[in-house]
Amino acid sequence: MDNNTVKRLNVSSAPHVRSELTTRSIMGDVCIALIPASLFGIYNFGYRALLIILTSIVACVLTEYIYQKCMKLPVTTSDMSAVLTGLLLALNLPVTVPLWMPVIGGVFAIIIVKQLFGGLGRNFMNPALAARCFLLISFAGPMTNFAVEKVENLALSGYWRYGMVAVDGVSGATPLAMLKSGENVNLLKMFLGVTGGTIGETSVIAILGGALYLLARKVISIRIPLTYIATFSVIVLIYGMAEGKGFDINYLAAHLCGGGLMLGAFFMATDYVTSPITPNGKIVFGILLGILTAVFRLYGGSAEGVSYAIICGNMLVPLIEKFTMPVPFGRGRVHNG
Amino acid sequence: MRVRNTFKGGVHPYEGKELSQDKPVTEYIPKGEMVYPLSQHIGAPATPVVSVGDTVCVGQRIAEASGFVSANVCSSVSGTVKKIEPRLLVNGNMVKSIVVENDGQYTLSEGVGVKRDYNAMTKEEIRAAVKDAGIVGMGGAGFPTHVKLTPKDDKAIDYVIVNGAECEPYLTSDYRMMLEEPEKIVTGLLVILKLFENAKGIIAIEDNKPEAINVMKKVSEQYDRIEVRVLKTKYPQGAERKIIYATTGRKINSSMLPADAGCVVNNIDTVIAVCMAVCESTPVMRRIVTVTGDAVRTPQNFSVKTGTNYAELIEAAGGYKTEPEKVIAGGAMMGMAIYDLNVPVTKSSSALLCLSKDEVAKYAPSACIRCGKCVEVCPSNLVPQMMKEYADVNDNAAFEAINGMECYECGSCTYICPAKRRLTQAFVKTRRSVMEERRKAKEAK
Repeated sequence: MDNNTVKRLNVSSAPHVRSELTTRSIMGDVCIALIPASLFGIYNFGYRALLIILTSIVACVLTEYIYQKCMKLPVTTSDMSAVLTGLLLALNLPVTVPLWMPVIGGVFAIIIVKQLFGGLGRNFMNPALAARCFLLISFAGPMTNFAVEKVENLALSGYWRYGMVAVDGVSGATPLAMLKSGENVNLLKMFLGVTGGTIGETSVIAILGGALYLLARKVISIRIPLTYIATFSVIVLIYGMAEGKGFDINYLAAHLCGGGLMLGAFFMATDYVTSPITPNGKIVFGILLGILTAVFRLYGGSAEGVSYAIICGNMLVPLIEKFTMPVPFGRGRVHNG
Repeated sequence: MRVRNTFKGGVHPYEGKELSQDKPVTEYIPKGEMVYPLSQHIGAPATPVVSVGDTVCVGQRIAEASGFVSANVCSSVSGTVKKIEPRLLVNGNMVKSIVVENDGQYTLSEGVGVKRDYNAMTKEEIRAAVKDAGIVGMGGAGFPTHVKLTPKDDKAIDYVIVNGAECEPYLTSDYRMMLEEPEKIVTGLLVILKLFENAKGIIAIEDNKPEAINVMKKVSEQYDRIEVRVLKTKYPQGAERKIIYATTGRKINSSMLPADAGCVVNNIDTVIAVCMAVCESTPVMRRIVTVTGDAVRTPQNFSVKTGTNYAELIEAAGGYKTEPEKVIAGGAMMGMAIYDLNVPVTKSSSALLCLSKDEVAKYAPSACIRCGKCVEVCPSNLVPQMMKEYADVNDNAAFEAINGMECYECGSCTYICPAKRRLTQAFVKTRRSVMEERRKAKEAK
């Protein structure tokens, strides 16, 4: 009947082109950006760190797969988001934890925090951080055990026997804990990362390298990390002065390089799902995290404060978004002519 | 006022202009029947002034504007009126149309083609000439041009902007006209400037068209009132609100007209139509159409008589190289996918894009990860992610509350979305629904 159309033509709503960007490519980019920190963790703490990373990733992916199969949901493990959650969780664990712990953490992150609230994009807390805090509260002892056995000889035999090494003989307390108790810390070591701590948080330089990659690829914007770190710095400096330390740059640097601040600011606080989507909201969020982290670290019982600060901030995201809705183009105060 | 020559947001889709940008415009002589829809513009449909069996000539008015916001329709061929019946348009609507059997003689209607000197004409005569010619915005929206050229206060217009951005991928019709008929563009602009004594003329062109910029600069340099402005290449630079902002720094929103910011914006082909109408007494009868895409054998630009069947244009371009999966009337970002090529070219047709692969078909939308890319690229500074949530549950009030009606469906958010969510589609639906609600509320009063 119709001789114009030889074949049926596809019809769909405009636009008829799409960018190359996919959820998978973004999650993959974040995983790539975490490679330096992961590799450094393995170098710093031994191959057991690798074991924990793999266990955590496998636990997360498998949990998501099984849950979605059981619930007869489409399986979305190929979007790499579970891989990322697993990786981030592992980087937030001490190397000494028993292997069942990342498994429990992974199951908690994927089922309780993510899937029960509707899966990807619907969780209101960062799954990896929520799982870390869950483990921290449930198993306070192992989760804060940074005592890595000293290995006298760094030869491969020793490395393989113990699985855990302390490259520079750092054991026991993390630099941040030492800072809190008033001890001296080595800034260069903290910057490079040859200190105690969780697997992925110690090396500032490795984390910054990954962060630069994310910024260059425009996966994250600088708004949250910048305002977060800046606010935190200002409060620490003021605190330092109030405590009679004067304008102590070393004290500030130790706080910036210590603990989970860098990992948190660039990789956890910037988590799309649990941070504000509005540009100004990101700035408010960063400032809020800076304040909370400083308060937790300086006045709290624990030396650490980043994880709790971020999950507290996560819960305020809907409120922040509500008050930071952008003014549409041509609305608000407009001066024409 | 800071003038930035660009705007915040936007995207950079594949341009595809190399397929047809170096092909000079050739005139296409139609073979089959001519179809003239009575509604090729925004506003009330025109009223037919011919009946079945009547003989019509080239340039003869066959339907008359039925109100101020409406436009005349003129025949582009000579022949006999065969039918007046509903016909399918590119937008999928059946619209009452006048069907003319082309006699191939192209007998001119009386008075068409008579040269006139615009300098000797009054403002009223110029506006009447534009209205008579049935000129509408040829960039796509089809808003009657005589309405645009009749603001409340002529003296309040500071800028007359000629939109030569052509930011839509694949389209090269405006580009070709800038290279081939720059004098007509400048003359058309001078005609419009005569209406607005305080206005400055700006010809705005994106920087991916250096040749057009050179030509337009050369032709317009002798006129103090005209300036060629180079804009950064970015989609949707050619959107009315964006081109006003990029050239003047002024901002308008959905409830304002360009005239509210002292601007009048016209597309390249519209300005040429103004020149033809005023200086050569010729109504809108032809349209530059880019026939392009990887499925077409010889992509090129045609000067097409309005009313010509689209299917003929494919044949004229050498037919298909490969079987297309998708044919789009317009560009890749805002064009309409058509399922039947048996539709007429109208005043605001711009391109026929034939794609061998429908790249959108392979993507299934997945969950939103709240990455905020849509917020970054939205030229209207909206939050498409939230608008989509409300649109999906048909919450029109909430959609309006977060300024969803400021969206002009440019498609940037859908283009960038990593989860491949169909944002624009949801907005088109919800915006129509809100407009319908508003119309009903108005009628109820």
